[in-house]
Amino acid sequence: MIEAHGLVKRYGSTMAVDDLSFSIRPGLVTGFLGPNGAGKTTTMRMILGLDAPTQGSVTVAGRSYRDLPAPMREVGALLDAKAVHGGRRAFDHLLCLALSNGIPRRRVDEVLRTVGLEDVARRRAKGFSLGMSQRLGIASALLGDPAVLIFDEPVNGLDPDGIHWVRTLMRTLAAEGRTVLVSSHLMSEMALTADHLLVIGKGRLIADTSVDDFVRSSSQQSVHVRSPQAAELAAGCREAGATVDAGTDPDVIEITGLDSAEVGKLAAAHGIVLFELIPVRASLEEAFMELTRDSVEYQAAGATR
Amino acid sequence: MTDATIAPAGPDQRAAFRPATFADALRSEWTKLRSVRSTFWALTVTVVLGVGLGAAISAAAAHGYAKSSASGKLSWDPTALSLDGIGIATLAIAVLGVLFISSEYSSGMIRSSLIAVPKRGRVLAAKSLVFAAVTFVVGEVTSFTAFFVGQALIGGHAPDAALGDPGVARAVVGAGLALTALAVLSVAAGTLLRHPAVGIAAMVAILFVLPGIAQALPDSWRNPVIEFWPTQAGGQLASVYHSPHTLQPWPGFGVMCLFVAIVYAIAWALLDRRDA
Repeated sequence: MIEAHGLVKRYGSTMAVDDLSFSIRPGLVTGFLGPNGAGKTTTMRMILGLDAPTQGSVTVAGRSYRDLPAPMREVGALLDAKAVHGGRRAFDHLLCLALSNGIPRRRVDEVLRTVGLEDVARRRAKGFSLGMSQRLGIASALLGDPAVLIFDEPVNGLDPDGIHWVRTLMRTLAAEGRTVLVSSHLMSEMALTADHLLVIGKGRLIADTSVDDFVRSSSQQSVHVRSPQAAELAAGCREAGATVDAGTDPDVIEITGLDSAEVGKLAAAHGIVLFELIPVRASLEEAFMELTRDSVEYQAAGATR
Repeated sequence: MTDATIAPAGPDQRAAFRPATFADALRSEWTKLRSVRSTFWALTVTVVLGVGLGAAISAAAAHGYAKSSASGKLSWDPTALSLDGIGIATLAIAVLGVLFISSEYSSGMIRSSLIAVPKRGRVLAAKSLVFAAVTFVVGEVTSFTAFFVGQALIGGHAPDAALGDPGVARAVVGAGLALTALAVLSVAAGTLLRHPAVGIAAMVAILFVLPGIAQALPDSWRNPVIEFWPTQAGGQLASVYHSPHTLQPWPGFGVMCLFVAIVYAIAWALLDRRDA
């Protein structure tokens, strides 16, 4: 369980995080979604006690992170895969972290095996690819076998096999009853992994919703029509209250606000010939971009509205 | 790669764990120190420079003893000569101490460290204690070796010193102690300044550049500055002959320790307050 109340982080005149409140529940994968620079990493850093909030508070398992008696036993985190001293062997890197929380040495071997790095355990970390570094970071998060896991962009740099593995890992961890918070700037990634979504833009909370609801409410539908009488049909649709976008091809229009059946009936009523009538569902990625773009525009145009 | 399980410790077995302690942090920092190659090299350089330079200085001074002036013979300090190399070897300890923490900032490791141990004062205390202990052992080995090698080279050409002579044992042990105080200072400086290059430059300035500049000042300014300059004052612990305008050995070391304590307190406060 992670709970934030009115979290604010200001760097000079920049609001990195602006009045964020949320609660992240156990047993689910919660996707933390937003464009680059939205404040995801800053929020995670505040959860982990690396940055002090300008205002507000955030607790993990009911306590502020710095007050946890054995932090790695309660929270595992991967913030930055490159947060490793390059001159240290992978095994020693994990051992340093494990010892600091009284975690036994054999656990280091276990997590190395879990992430598939047992063969390179004696190699120095500076020779690691980004994908290997991500695995090492995930290994360090798992060391304490914690009930809360926080991953910042964990699939960055992984090959398709690795991405699949991370997804399965997240799902497994949540299924075991743990709290899992995963950030990403890719909606498509979250749609496959997450149960719940926290969407932020410019430091503000835009949506706190289940993935299913998000998909249902924000996948905008439009109808693609090709007709020799496109202009006539467009006029009819506008009369019916729809929005019509004309492309470069004068015979093609995109209609939003009416579904394909309504457009078909309208065309029949006006005696309009249709060559193509295709319902178009916006992808999740487009829906997400639409949502976050709105938040950006709202802030930028706020004064003139 | 195995399938995605984090077995064998499932949630049911998670219940029992003890709070992390300072001893855990010490074990962690000791592992950090011994698991990078720069530690081995810096400590090797410390011993080799400390003993080797001390031997060269001792031999050269012993051969010049016969021709030296009466006042030169009066201030003849074979102990201090044999330990002179440690003054240069200090640089290796200073660099290693600065790097011990600043390399965590340059690599990003500091974030992993502070997530593991969010009580930041504990990280700094454990780091300082581990590095001080290692430096103390290496420092004493270096100073005793340098002393015996130096006296062997001086003996026969000039009066040499024995450990039982007044003040000699204190000076030989003191050379290692002064090095240990400097080790703590360099960890604190690395914490304060965070960038390896800046931290090392600051230590070089404190150790060599600023005292060098002070030598160029008029006497009325130079004497008090040199007298109370922390590293110079601390160095008095490694001399048997007491030259004018310098502090007595233990008060001098006290000045050094006070300076280290002040820098350490500032480093502690900033580490605790700054975003990592």
